[in-house]
Amino acid sequence: MTNAILLDERDNVATCTAPAHTGDTIKILGGNEIVCVEDIPCWHKVALRPIGVGEKIFKYGEIIGEASADIAAGAWVSHENIFSVPRDYVAEFI
Amino acid sequence: MNFFGYKRADGRAGIRNHVLILPTCACGSESARIVASQVRGAVNIIFNTGCSDVQANTDMSQKILTGFACNPNVFGVVIIGLGCETVPHAKLREKIQSMTAKPVVSFGIQEEGGTLKTIAKAVRAARELVAEAGLQQKELCDISELLLGIECGGSDATSGIASNPAVGSLSDKLVDLGASTLMSESIEWIGGEHVLAKRAASPELHNRIIKICADYETHLKAAGQDCRAGQPTPGNKDGGLSTIDEKSLGCIRKGGTRPIVEVLNQAERPTKRGAIVMDTAGYDISSVTSMVAAGCNAIIFTTGRGTPTGNAIVPVLKVTANAKTFSWMEDNIDVDLSGIIAGELTIADAGDLLLQKIHDVCNGRLTKAEAYGFSDIAVDHFCRFV
Repeated sequence: MTNAILLDERDNVATCTAPAHTGDTIKILGGNEIVCVEDIPCWHKVALRPIGVGEKIFKYGEIIGEASADIAAGAWVSHENIFSVPRDYVAEFI
Repeated sequence: MNFFGYKRADGRAGIRNHVLILPTCACGSESARIVASQVRGAVNIIFNTGCSDVQANTDMSQKILTGFACNPNVFGVVIIGLGCETVPHAKLREKIQSMTAKPVVSFGIQEEGGTLKTIAKAVRAARELVAEAGLQQKELCDISELLLGIECGGSDATSGIASNPAVGSLSDKLVDLGASTLMSESIEWIGGEHVLAKRAASPELHNRIIKICADYETHLKAAGQDCRAGQPTPGNKDGGLSTIDEKSLGCIRKGGTRPIVEVLNQAERPTKRGAIVMDTAGYDISSVTSMVAAGCNAIIFTTGRGTPTGNAIVPVLKVTANAKTFSWMEDNIDVDLSGIIAGELTIADAGDLLLQKIHDVCNGRLTKAEAYGFSDIAVDHFCRFV
């Protein structure tokens, strides 16, 4: 059993605290369990539910990027399948 | 809370009493290195700018040189110039003397007739300064005299989850004790700038934080570059950080939660006490250089992948929450915070532990990088050399 850290209840990814292998059950600290569908290195992210292309990725309860491909629940989320979205600075001024 | 430090004429307190051998430009750097190696108690920096620069780069170089000389950890300064650089030694010396009462002497290699004659004079001058420095007694200083720089480098996913929040807790504790903390690396606010800006003490400071990020991206675009090509770094990606946004949201947690009372330009000295932020590159060595020039006494530095970095005049205390990195690179990392990930150490308890460690550093305990005599420096550039 591998552990993963969930930082915010809005998040759709969690951070693995050890390498996870295909078929492993990952225990999400403060949450449920999920079956790993591909090998995930230590400190990398596992998708907690299916994420479609174009959907936002949440960690810390904030957007960390957008999916560039469909990502299955239990799959590895990395720079290969998510990308940073340009900021809308104008909207942030008060 | 108090520490034993060196009270300076300008009212600030130092936690070290170095004699700094300061080159005006690259051409004086090697002589400065040799002088420092000859005199116990003297330290040097290598300086890769100072000549053939546009005005904005010269301004930055001058802010770094004068800032290092004025840093309260420095007792006195020996400047070594060449003679034909943008700001020659005598001019730099006069500038530093107008900013501080500490002893400053300077020599020019062309004027003296080469490096050996310059080194001989500079060694004698440095010898006199370290002898004098030895007489300055430590005095009891209130912790509010401390300006702590907060940095991260070689980040991985443990940084944002554990070591950065622990340093954030340290920052809150120091601010509550009346001290100041300085967090920089504005490129690593991008994606989290809206979260960081919520801590601003006024709408003006809030908007300044947003504008710094917007301007940074505009500046890079003008040169046909995109920050997302260099951030996150390959090491960050290997460590589980996939986007600049993810890295930033972890990075900003090291600044804690207290209101941001001042937003500084790069290498600028604070005028307020409390939680402060500064516009610098995310390149850790450059960011630390700018915070030291701003007058930081010490730097706390979180890492996930591990790093050896140190600064000539300011102790750098390195911490990691990655157990493997700590055991693998223990000769470079000062504090192990992996207990946070293991569920054995709370963030608040880690903050208390770091407060004790920083207090020890203020009282004279050497950090590992300091004991090795490391002297990393990188001066930020606005534009190509000319």
